[in-house]
Amino acid sequence: MDNQDNSNIIKFFLENVLINDPSSYPKNVEDRLEVFRRNRISKPIIYIGITSSSVCAGALKVKGAIEEYISENHLDLEVVTIGGLGLCSNEPLIDVHIPGKNRVVFRKVSPNDIQPILDGVLNQYVPAEMALGQYRHKFHEPWQDVPFLDELPFFKEQNRVILSNCGVIDPNNIFDYMARGGYSALAKTIRNHTYDEICTLVEQSGLRGRGGGGYPTGTKWRKALQVSTDQRYMICNADESDPGAFVYRLLMESDPHRIIEGLIISSYAIGASKAFIYTRNSNSLTVERLEQAISTAYDAGFLGHNILESGFNIDIVVRKGPGAYVCGEETALIRSIEGKRGMPTVKPPYPTEQGLFGKPTVVNNIETIANISSIILNGVQWYSSIGTETSKGTKIFSISGKAQNICAVEVSMGTPLSKIVEFGGGVDIGRKFKALHIGGPSGFTALPNELDVLIDFDKLKEAGLVIGSGGIQVLDDSVCIVDMVKYFMYFIQKESCGKCIPCREGSRRMLEILQNISKRPLNENGHNTLERFKGVIHLESLAEVMRDTSLCGLGQTAPNPVLRTLKLFRDEYEEHIFDRKCQAGVCRDLRTFYIDIEKCTGCTACAKKCPTNAIIGTPRSPYFVVEDKCIGCGICEEVCKFSAVYFK
Amino acid sequence: MQFNIEVNNRIIEVRKGETILSALFRNGIKVPTLCNMKDLSPTGACRICVVEVEGKENLVTSCSYPVEESMKIKTHSPRVVKARKTLVELLLSNHPDDCLYCERNGCCELQDLAIDLNIRERRISGKKSRHKLDLSSPSIVRDPAKCILCGRCVRVCDEIQSVSTLDFLNRGNKTIIGTAMARDLNFSSCINCGRCVMVCPTGALHEHSYLDEVLDSLNNSSLQVVVQYGPAVTVSLAEEFGIKSGKDITGVINAALRKIGFTHIFDTAFAADLAVMETVEVIMQKLETGEGFPIISSCCPAWVKYAEQFYPEVLSYLSTCKSPQQMLGSIIKSYYAPQQNINPNAIYSVAIMPCLAKKFEAQREEMTHKAISDVDVVITTRELSRLIKMYGIDIHNIEPQTSDTPFGARSSAGKLFGTSGGTAEAILRTLHHRITGKELNSLKLQDLRSVSGIKEIPIKIGGKVFKVVLANGLTGIEKLMEGIQNKSIDAHFVEIMACPGGCVNGGGQPFKSGEKDIRARIRSLYEVDEVDNIKASHKNPLINELYENFLEKPGSDKAKQQLHTCYTKRDVLL
Amino acid sequence: MENRIEILLDKYSHSRRDSLIPILQDIQEEVGYLSEEAIILVGKHLEMPTSKIYGLATFYNQFRFEPKGTFHIQVCHGTACHMLGAVSIIDFIEKRLKIKAGQTSRNGKYSLEVVPCIGACSQSPVISINGEYHSKLTAERIKQILIDLIGE
Repeated sequence: MDNQDNSNIIKFFLENVLINDPSSYPKNVEDRLEVFRRNRISKPIIYIGITSSSVCAGALKVKGAIEEYISENHLDLEVVTIGGLGLCSNEPLIDVHIPGKNRVVFRKVSPNDIQPILDGVLNQYVPAEMALGQYRHKFHEPWQDVPFLDELPFFKEQNRVILSNCGVIDPNNIFDYMARGGYSALAKTIRNHTYDEICTLVEQSGLRGRGGGGYPTGTKWRKALQVSTDQRYMICNADESDPGAFVYRLLMESDPHRIIEGLIISSYAIGASKAFIYTRNSNSLTVERLEQAISTAYDAGFLGHNILESGFNIDIVVRKGPGAYVCGEETALIRSIEGKRGMPTVKPPYPTEQGLFGKPTVVNNIETIANISSIILNGVQWYSSIGTETSKGTKIFSISGKAQNICAVEVSMGTPLSKIVEFGGGVDIGRKFKALHIGGPSGFTALPNELDVLIDFDKLKEAGLVIGSGGIQVLDDSVCIVDMVKYFMYFIQKESCGKCIPCREGSRRMLEILQNISKRPLNENGHNTLERFKGVIHLESLAEVMRDTSLCGLGQTAPNPVLRTLKLFRDEYEEHIFDRKCQAGVCRDLRTFYIDIEKCTGCTACAKKCPTNAIIGTPRSPYFVVEDKCIGCGICEEVCKFSAVYFK
Repeated sequence: MQFNIEVNNRIIEVRKGETILSALFRNGIKVPTLCNMKDLSPTGACRICVVEVEGKENLVTSCSYPVEESMKIKTHSPRVVKARKTLVELLLSNHPDDCLYCERNGCCELQDLAIDLNIRERRISGKKSRHKLDLSSPSIVRDPAKCILCGRCVRVCDEIQSVSTLDFLNRGNKTIIGTAMARDLNFSSCINCGRCVMVCPTGALHEHSYLDEVLDSLNNSSLQVVVQYGPAVTVSLAEEFGIKSGKDITGVINAALRKIGFTHIFDTAFAADLAVMETVEVIMQKLETGEGFPIISSCCPAWVKYAEQFYPEVLSYLSTCKSPQQMLGSIIKSYYAPQQNINPNAIYSVAIMPCLAKKFEAQREEMTHKAISDVDVVITTRELSRLIKMYGIDIHNIEPQTSDTPFGARSSAGKLFGTSGGTAEAILRTLHHRITGKELNSLKLQDLRSVSGIKEIPIKIGGKVFKVVLANGLTGIEKLMEGIQNKSIDAHFVEIMACPGGCVNGGGQPFKSGEKDIRARIRSLYEVDEVDNIKASHKNPLINELYENFLEKPGSDKAKQQLHTCYTKRDVLL
Repeated sequence: MENRIEILLDKYSHSRRDSLIPILQDIQEEVGYLSEEAIILVGKHLEMPTSKIYGLATFYNQFRFEPKGTFHIQVCHGTACHMLGAVSIIDFIEKRLKIKAGQTSRNGKYSLEVVPCIGACSQSPVISINGEYHSKLTAERIKQILIDLIGE
C-alpha cells in the first residue's frame, strides 16, 4: 500500500469508524470493515503464525515452504503473518481461508505438510486429521468433519478479552486492529473524558494491577495525577523476566496495538506526555512488532503532537531491557531507563511522587495496560460484571513445565485453579500429576487437592498462593521438588541485584544449603547428616529474615518456594537428607549407578576412572558397583563405551 | 511541625519530614547502621537499621523511612534483633577469618556489630569467595574478600570527591566494588585521596603500608634514616594516645622519633615556609605582567593527580612549586647531605603524612633527581602511631624535644598548611610584605578560615584587590575548572584541597576520630598560630639562611632545579 | 572498529545518560561485544566515567566483553527447559567444546551463553546456534548437532 492509500484508509477510519460505537456501525461502514477483517475476500489467504515460540518450532521453514508452493504453482494467493493463538504445543499453525468457506486452522505443520494441505484446501478438501478447527462466520460455508474452534474445550472454557485478537489478526497491520474496534476507546477517551474522569472510570471498574501486588490501578493513576509538576511519565512494564512464562510475549507479538492504545489512554489519564514500554531485548521479534506498531500509530495520528486534534501530546519509546530479572521491580526498572544499574531504591518516595528523572511516574504491568481499552470501550459495568467481588476482569496465564499441552490462556477471575491443569492437558502417560507451581521463582507450589481455590487476588493469598505474573508450571512425578527449588534459588542469587544483604547473601547461602542436601559427601559419617539437617532448619530462619528485611519484592518473595515446599514436601527433603535418595532421579549426585552384566565387557575403563574405587571386578568379566561407595558422579557412565552403566 | 510518635512504649517528639533514624538519635535511642552516611541520602542497602513499625508487614529501614503521625515503633523487639543478628551473621558467613591480622582489627565496624549483637559462633557458613588482593596502588590496597558491599566508598568517590573511580561491578552474589574494566587501582582514575579508606567499615580498603621498609632501614646501620612530619600530623595523634583531642604534641613526637632511631628529624612546616617563599616569587613575577593567573596550588597530591587526569587544560595554571614534603626531601638530599658529608644514597628519607596520596607523590618520576628520589617512603599518621606503640614508647612520660638543624625552625604560617585555607593565608602574609613592604595589620585572615565548599574571597593588599578562591574538598570542582577555563572566574590564587577540611582530615589519619576531633585539630593549628612568635614565612630566620647558603634567592635557577617541577596530562581510564 | 562506533555515536548527539543502554546495545549489535575502546568512546560521548559504564554493563545479562565465537550457542535455562534437562545439555556442551558458559573458545570458533528464557516452553529444551533454533533436544540430538558443528 502506498502512502496515499494509507492516508485515505486512515481518513475512512477517522471519519466513519472511530466516531461510532463498534456495536452500531452503519451498513456501508460495516461492509467495508468486513473487507479489512478479511471476512470478505476475493482470493485465498494463507495465514501463518509467526511468534518467537512458533519460530522455535520451525514456523519460518513452513513459511518458506508456503512461498515455494505459491511460486511453483504460480498461484495468486495472499500470505498474511499473524500472531499466536496460545496453542504453543500445536505450533506451527497455519490458517487457510478460501472465498466462500470458513477459515480453517492446521496444527503442527511441517514444511512437508504444505503440499497436501494446500493441494487439498485449494481444491475444496480439508485433510481433517491435520486440522485443528475452523472459525465460524455467518457468510461462510463450514467445512465438513472439522470442529468449530469455539466448540473446542480450549477456547470454550476461556474468556478471551485481551487475547481476543491474538492469532487472528495481522499484528503488523493497524487496520486489522482498527477494523475490530481498535483505537475506538482512544477516540472515545479523548473526545469525551478528562484525565480525572478516566481515573475515575478505571477506579470504578475495579481493575487491579496485574504485576502481582493487585494494587487498584485507578488509585495509582490518581496519585500521580495529583502531584503538581511539569512532567509525568507512564511506563509499561513488559519485561517478562519470569523464566518459563511467555504470555506477555505472545500478547505483544500478536496484538501490539492493544498495548499501544492502552498505553496512550493510561498516559492521558495521568497527563503524561511521554511513555515507555520496557521489554526484553532478547526477544527481537517482540521489539520489532512493537516498534512497527508504534510507527504506524504515529502515521495514523494516534501518537505524537496534538493527537486526534485534542491538544494532547504523547510519545512512546520502546526500551529494550538488557536482561535483569530485578528490573521487573518498578524502582529498578526506572533506574534502568535512566541508564543506571537496575538496583531498586527505597520506598518512600514512591514512583508516583518521585519516579523517572525525579518526576511522578506510574509503572503498570503490560496486562493491566492491555485491559484499558476494553474497559473504556465496553464500559465499567461490563468489566466489573466479569470476575469476583474483589478481583475483576480476566487473567492470562502461560502453562508450561510437564504439561502435555503447553499453552497460553485467558480465564475470568474466579475460575478454579484446577481448570488451568485441564488446559494443560494433564501430564505424560504413565506419569502422575504431582503439583502446580504458580508465580515462578518467587511463587508457590500447590498440591492437587488445593486446586479448588478460585483465581482471585485475595482468595489465592488466603490459600497461601499468589497470582503472580501468570507463569504456571505443571509438575509430575519426574520433577524433584528439591531440584526445582534449587533451580529457583540459583536463579534468584544470580538475578539478585546485590544491593541488600539479606537478598544477596541470604539467597546464596540458601542455595548452598540446598546444594549440600542434594549432594553426596565424599566422606560419609553420621555427623554430616546432622549438619545437613541443621542446614534445613537454617533455611527456614534465613527465609524468614529475607522476607522480613529485603529491600524489594524480589528478596521478600524469593524464599516463597522454599518455605512452601518445606511444608508440603517435607518428606522429599528428608529423603534427600537422610536416605540420600532422589525419587525422581533428578539430583544427579544422589544417583547410584549399576552395571548391566549383559552389556559389560569387563574393559576396566570405569573402574580406572572411579574416584572412590567403588567399581570392582575381574578384567574381561562383568564389573559391579559397590553401592555404599558410589558418590553418583557419573564418570563411569560417561566413559563406558558399551552403555552398560545405568542409574536408579 | 512537630508531633509525637511512640517508640518502645515511650512517647517521643519528632519533626515532620525527618527519618525515623534521625528522630531516634535525637532522642538518645541507638540503632546500629552500616551503609548510612552523614549528609548523603539513604540507600537502604544494608538493612541493619531495620525497626518494627506497627501495621507494616515487613520491617522498615529507619534510615530511609520518614516518621508518620501516631507511628508505633519497636527498635529492639525480638523480631528486629533476630533480623539484625542474622544479617550480620550472613555477612560473616563467608568473611575471611583473619581478624587478628587485619588492618582494621580493633576499629572495624563489622567487628563491633558482631560484638554488639552477641554473635559468638558461625551459625551459617558459606563458601568463601575468592578474590585477588589489589596491591597495585602505592597508596591504597583493595581486599574485595573483606568487602561487605555497603557502597560507602562508591558514594564518597562519586558524590563527594567527584572522581568516580569505583562502582559496583557484576550482579547478585558476584557483585564486587571495582574500577572500570575491573582493572587494578593504579590503572584507574583513583587520585589516592583515601576518602574511601576512611569510610570503609572493614579492612576491604586500607592503606598500602610501608612500615616494614621503614623498620628495615632503621635496622640498617649503613643508612641514615631521616624523617619529616607534616604540619597536620602533630595535632592528629593526641587522641590515639588518650590525650586531649587536637593537642599539638610536636615536641613529644620529636622525642619519640629520636627514640625510635631516626637520625634527623625535621618539621615539614619548615618546607612549607620555603614553598610560601617560592610561590610568592612566582606570583610577584606574574603580577608584573598581570598574566598567567590564576595560580593554582599544587601541594595536595590528590588534587594534582585529579587535574592531570580530568583537567589537563588547567595544568599550565598549576603552581610549579613542589609540595613541602618534596621540597624538604629534595633539599635534604641535595643540601643537607653534602653539608653533613653524607652520600645522598646513604640517606633514607621518610615522611610522615596525614595523607595516602603523599605515598604516591613520593614515587612520582618528577620527584627524583638523577634517579635519587627526594623522599624514599611515606608513612601515615596511623602508621606512626603503630610505630610508636611497637617501640614501646610511653608518650605520656617523655620530655618534648625540638627538631633538628638546619631546618629546625618554622613559622606558624607553615603550620597552617595543615588545614584548608591555611596555604592561602600563609602565602598572603608574605605576599603582602613583598608587595607593600609592610606586614598585614592583622595577620589573622578570618575570611580564609572555615570556608565550606568553594568560595571566592577578595583580599585587599596595598589598595589593590587580590582574589583568592578556596576549594575545601573536591565537591563541585567541575564548575570551578570550567570557570577557570572560560575565564569567568578571575582569581589570582586558587587553593584546592582534595579532603574536606584539608590535611587534618586526610586519608592517613586515625580511623576512630570523628568530626569533633577534626574541628579540634583545626582549632589547635590556629592556636599555635596565635601564640607563636614567628607568624610569617619570610620571618623564618632559617629560611633566609638556607637561601643565603644554598638557594641564593627565591626563583633562582638553583631553587628552580630543586624546588620546582611541572605536570603533564596523565592517561588513565577515566 | 573505532570508526564504526563513532558513526553510531553520531546518531546520539545531545544524548544524556538515559541513552547509555540503547547506545551500548547498538554497539554490541554492530561489533558483537563491548571493547574497552568502545566503553572509553561512549564515556567521552556522554561525559560519563568509564567505571559507571562498566558497572552498568556488567549488571545486565546482555552485555559481553569478549567477541562472540563463529558459532554462538545460546542455551535456554528457563524453568521448563530446566525440568526437561537443560543442565545436562549445558554440561555436555561445556565438556565437548571445553568452554564454560559465558566464554569463547580460544580459537574463537565457539561461544556459549546460558540465557534465562527464550519463551518457547513448548519446544524445551531449546538451544539456538547463531539464531537458528534447535528444539526438543535429547542427548542424542545435541551430540549430533555438535558433531555437525565441529565436523568430527
